[in-house]
This record gives sequence, C-alpha cells and structure tokens, in this order.
Amino acid sequence: MNVFRALVRRELSAFFQGPTGFIIIAAVMFLIGLGFLVVLSGLNGEATPMPVTQVFYGTYFFWVILLLIAPVITMRSFAMERASGTYESLMTAPVGDWQVVLSKFAGALIFYMILWVPLLICSVVVRFYVGESAVLGLGTMFTSALGILMVGCLYMSIGCFASALTRNQAVAAVSGFALGAALFFTGFFSYFAGDRTDWLSQLARHISLANHMESFTRGVIDLGAIVFFLSLTGLFLYLTHKVVESRRWK
Amino acid sequence: MIDVQHLTKRYGQHMALDGVSFSVNAGEVVGFLGPNGAGKSTTMRILTTFMAATSGTARVGGDCVFEQPDRVRERIGYMPENNPLPLDLRVADYLGFRAELKRLAKRETVGRVSEVMEQCGIADVAKRFIGQLSRGYRQRVGMADALLAKPELIVLDEPTSGLDPNQVRSVRRLIRELAGEHTVLISSHILSEIEMTCDRVIILHEGRLLASGALNDLMAKANATVTAEVQAPLPEVQQWAAELALGQAEIAGQPDGYVRCQFAGAIDGSARERIFAAANERGWTLRELSRKAPSLEDLFVSLTQEKEEPQ
Repeated sequence: MNVFRALVRRELSAFFQGPTGFIIIAAVMFLIGLGFLVVLSGLNGEATPMPVTQVFYGTYFFWVILLLIAPVITMRSFAMERASGTYESLMTAPVGDWQVVLSKFAGALIFYMILWVPLLICSVVVRFYVGESAVLGLGTMFTSALGILMVGCLYMSIGCFASALTRNQAVAAVSGFALGAALFFTGFFSYFAGDRTDWLSQLARHISLANHMESFTRGVIDLGAIVFFLSLTGLFLYLTHKVVESRRWK
Repeated sequence: MIDVQHLTKRYGQHMALDGVSFSVNAGEVVGFLGPNGAGKSTTMRILTTFMAATSGTARVGGDCVFEQPDRVRERIGYMPENNPLPLDLRVADYLGFRAELKRLAKRETVGRVSEVMEQCGIADVAKRFIGQLSRGYRQRVGMADALLAKPELIVLDEPTSGLDPNQVRSVRRLIRELAGEHTVLISSHILSEIEMTCDRVIILHEGRLLASGALNDLMAKANATVTAEVQAPLPEVQQWAAELALGQAEIAGQPDGYVRCQFAGAIDGSARERIFAAANERGWTLRELSRKAPSLEDLFVSLTQEKEEPQ
C-alpha cells in the first residue's frame, strides 16, 4: 500500500513539477468559465424546468473539455517513462505490474477530479445568488459529480491504454483522443434509434455516453450506467495491464 | 548468486543471445565484456526481470527470474544503460521515492538516503534538481539508487560511459568498495575498465559466450611474446629455435652480430628459463630476455579471431 501511495504521489507531483499541470488547469478553467457564462445568460431571469446541472451539461462544454483534455492528462503516463527510459528502473523495482497500472490511472483520475473544482465553485455562486435550493439541490450536485467521476474513470483508462502502447506522447494523445471521440460519437446512433425497441436501437441507447450522463445530471443514479462505465474502465485497465506485461512475453 | 543456463533471446530474425550459460558466485565482481550489440544489456535486462528470454533459464539467488520476478527484484539494485532518471525531481526526493518503492522502512529511509548520498559523493547536490546536474553526478545518483536497499546483487550497465577521466576513476573506486559486501555485475566495452575493477570476466560476442573465467587464467591463454637477443651465427640460432619449439619463432639478424628471436603463441611460464639455460649451454652471450604480457585487447582479438576462422 505504501508503494502504491508513493507511485500515485509521484504521478501527481509530475503534473505540478513542470508547467503541464498548470496549463491544463488554466485551459479547463477557461472552458468552464465560458460554459458558466453561457448558462448564466441563458438563465437570465427566466424560469427553467430542469436542474442547472442539466442546463450546464446541455451546453456541451462538458464534452469539449472531456474529449480534449482527457488524452492530454494521460498521454505522459507511460509514454514519457518509456521515452526517458525511467520505465526500466520503475519496472525492475519491486513493484507489481498492476500496481504501476493502477497508480498511473489513479494519479490521472485524481488530477482530473481536481480540474472540476472550479465547477463546484460556480455551483456555489449560483446557489448563493438564486437562494432557491430546488434549482440546484445537493442531490443533483452529487449525482452530477458521480457522473463526472464515472466518465472520468472511463476516459482515464482509455488514455492510459493509449499511452502504454507508444513511447511518443503526441501519438498517445492523438490515439487516446481518437478512441475517446469514437466512443462518444458512436453514442449518437441512439438519436436515430428514437423509440424503436429492436436490439440495435437498444444497444445504441446503452452505449450512448451522452444518455447516461444526462440522467446523472438530472439527479438520477442509474445503476446500469454505473455498471457500464465501470466495466468498460475495467476492460481498458485490463488491456493496459496486458500491454505492460507484454514486454515479458514478446 | 546468478545461474544462467542456455539463455536465448530473439528479436524477430535477430538472435540477441544464443545459448549463453554462466554462473556468478556471491561476493564476486564480474565484468561483462563485449563490443556494442554483443548481448550485454539484453542479458542484464533478463536478469533484472525487465524482459523475458525466448528460451533458457536464469536464476538470481535461487529464484527464477521468470517465475518469481518479485523476489528477484527485491534482491537487485540495477542501473540501466544510459542511467535514465526523472529530471524534474530533486536528488534527495528521488532517492526517497525509490526507497519507498524498494520498501525501506520509513524510519530507515532518511538515514539510508543520506548514507548512500555520502557514499556516492552526491551529498552536496541533495537539494538540486537532477536535470541541472552534470553527467558524472547523474551517474552517481543512479549508483546511489542501485545501492539504496543494500541489495545482494548490484547490476550496473555501462557505469562509466560518457564520463571524464576523473569521474571514471571515482566510479571505479566506488565499484571496488562494493566488492565483498555485494555481488557486482558490470558491463563495459572498454577493456581496461573491466581489467581494473573485476575479479572475473565473461566475454560475449554476437550473442554467444566467448570465454569466462578469472582474468589471470584467461590472460594465460592469450598470446604472450618472449624476446631474446643472443650473439651467435644466424643458422645455428635457427636450428636452436626449432629445437626449443616455443610457438611461432621470428628470427632476424641484427647489424651488430646479435640475433633477435621473438617467440609468440602458446608459451608457458618456464619459456624464459629454458631459453636462458639453452643459451648458457652453448656459451652464447644473452643480451636481452623479456616477456611481454598480453593485454586484454590481445585476448579479445585472439578470441574473436579464433571463432571467425573456421567459417
């Protein structure tokens, strides 16, 4: 456990030893601020039937931030260690392959969650000025955070996988982005599905990240969605582990 | 400490290691010698559990590197080729991080880190970023990391490459200090390097084991040359040399009446005594009698040529 903690700490400190982490935080703050502005001008004095979290989610800034930033967070995790050669001294220290994979994932996920802190501050501002708890209940804030965490798990695991495949950080970022974007846009098939109940339409609805995320922002905890996100995360972490392990059977 | 049997590693079509077997006893300082691409780093990577071999077995301290990599990793301190280090950390922080990975107890960590920094002469740069250090200092940071957990086996891949002569000397001194307490395996393509630091050498060439043994034994196999200058008529000397049968003889008359004989090849230790006795018997004046010891370069050349000639 101490080893795992040391590895996670090292992952997190890597973000803040150089400018990388601060640049990412600045970019995300800018995008969240922009999204917040759009929400505020939309709300301007008018009543809204849906929770503010869902309104913010409806601006699609969330997906822009996720799709663009997630691969940048994870691109360095394995690729940089391989490029600099420190991968060799890491993997010959008495640490297990799973410890390395999970610590890189956990470090990226913690950093990702830190990125959303400004959104929490925005929510507090809204709550303070509106003074009406129904608009932004603690419940919907909690489920939205849970949704953000779930999507984060999935995208961090995808990014770690992409990074484990290469020693080039740019390649890691681009392939991570491609995988993430492909998964996201596949979900759009659910719009064509409409109300049909054939298996293809049901599948399309089930793999639609946007659908799952929307229910979280409405204040609904959908167990199916949680299982969906966690199982996909597990799959990508498993694949990452296989790639890490492959150096021993190639 | 190390037992390697028929180790083979193939990268696609290329055979990086081809049936290499050797063993290393505890407390020995053993040098891996060979030109670039001989398979030194590959062997070290397999021994340190970073890579798996295509076939063959390797054991470190009795544990198989493929089946019990965790136990092997706890036994070794490894400095990979080119000594990769994270440049964004301070020296003491990096060693502290490595100490945690190597499961040093929290209480010991601080003391042990300053101990190895003292030992490797990097205590004065403890607070500096690794990225700001010169190559010599970085090399010593890598060695400090290898020593950190007091491992039974220390593996150093090209520990002195790219260092200036003074730095090379201090690294060598450090390696000599480690002998006895630890088993040390170092690799080098510089012959004098191994000559000065190791008790035993393992010579690799194109993935095969050329020779292995104590340096002195190997040297005895390499060609020494014995030179003698005697005052006698040339034909008589030629006949005498043929009778002595000391390897290949090169005989040349000198302008001042002396004859210079050079014996090369398989020459045993008593050659000079026999030459002296033979010259004495005939009443010749002996002006020079000397033996030139082979250098490791000679050894390497003779070993690699031996292998190439039959083809």
